[in-house]
Amino acid sequence: MIVAEQKPIEEIIQEIQDDHSVLILGCNECVTVCEAGGKKEVAVLASALRMHFMQQGDQKQIEEKTLERQCDSEYLEELRAQVDRYDSVLSLACGAGVQFTAEKYPSTAIYPGVNTKFIGVTEEQGYWTERCQACGQCILAKTGGICPVSRCAKRLLNGPCGGSTQGKCEINPELDCAWQLIIDRLSSLDKLDDYEELVPIKDWSPDRAGGPRKVVREDVTS
Amino acid sequence: MRLGYSPDIKLIRVPCTGKVDLIHILHAMEKGADGVYLVGCLEGDCHFLHGNLRAKKRVQKAQEILNSIGLEGERVQMYNLSSGEGPKFVQYAREMEERIRELGPNPIKKGLSSAA
Ligand code: SF4
Ligand code: SF4
Repeated sequence: MIVAEQKPIEEIIQEIQDDHSVLILGCNECVTVCEAGGKKEVAVLASALRMHFMQQGDQKQIEEKTLERQCDSEYLEELRAQVDRYDSVLSLACGAGVQFTAEKYPSTAIYPGVNTKFIGVTEEQGYWTERCQACGQCILAKTGGICPVSRCAKRLLNGPCGGSTQGKCEINPELDCAWQLIIDRLSSLDKLDDYEELVPIKDWSPDRAGGPRKVVREDVTS
Repeated sequence: MRLGYSPDIKLIRVPCTGKVDLIHILHAMEKGADGVYLVGCLEGDCHFLHGNLRAKKRVQKAQEILNSIGLEGERVQMYNLSSGEGPKFVQYAREMEERIRELGPNPIKKGLSSAA
């Protein structure tokens, strides 16, 4: 899933400072799971913002809504009937949701309420870590299912580097060296021969280097 | 045992402090409570194992949020006692009352009346 983290409330206050009516818009998917922008976080943030402005005698109208997804037109349509009531919408979805909401409603200001961090997993409740950088050409088959693009600080494809020490990465002694993990896993799979093969220079054009990407599936387009 | 504490304190019974969510604390403050405190069982003695520890974290989070919006975080507190400790319950109530009297009324009420 996409992992996000709520922006500091001070920054959010700045964003909506001058508006009279604001909708706090949550999303029921990734940001709900990472507890940054689901219905619950919408309620907590809206309450805190209302209190902040009330205390200053500012009767700002702050309402709450959570959509199933903000990255799909059909759910964003649910806003159509009410969006004109607001000066702005503070979206707690990932950056994609914020932008899609803005695209659908060109005459309403849409602000981000979270910082979108990475594609990752929930290791335990309240603890999320990165696993993928959407490089566009997955090499996990060769690396024992462990991604050096997202998990090696240097993105090495033929690691480890000389800084790998007792299984830890040189940038941070608490961080596992991705290449140590890869070697351990390949050896437990009895596939260390894969490790011996040099990985050729990766084509980074399917990654961000090739500009914004798209996927088109003719068989399912309408 | 007849021990008195302020009639301004409204008691809400819950099965466990772990039942109290962050949003309940914030909504109470938003509705004009001058303070909110949770009284849970002693740490390590929760019938539901971690309820009071969860409550403690939520209280800390509520304090953090209140501080960040310019309200005094100390208006929200967590206390612990064992169920037999009536005098302690009263002591906490008095302590809380004193704290709130020092802080004064919830500032959102003043803001609202000045806007009206
Ligand atoms: S190799 Fe690329 S696509 Fe595969 S997990 Fe890593 S970043 Fe993601
Ligand atoms: S120590 Fe390991 S993870 Fe860290 S940069 Fe070197 S190879 Fe990558």
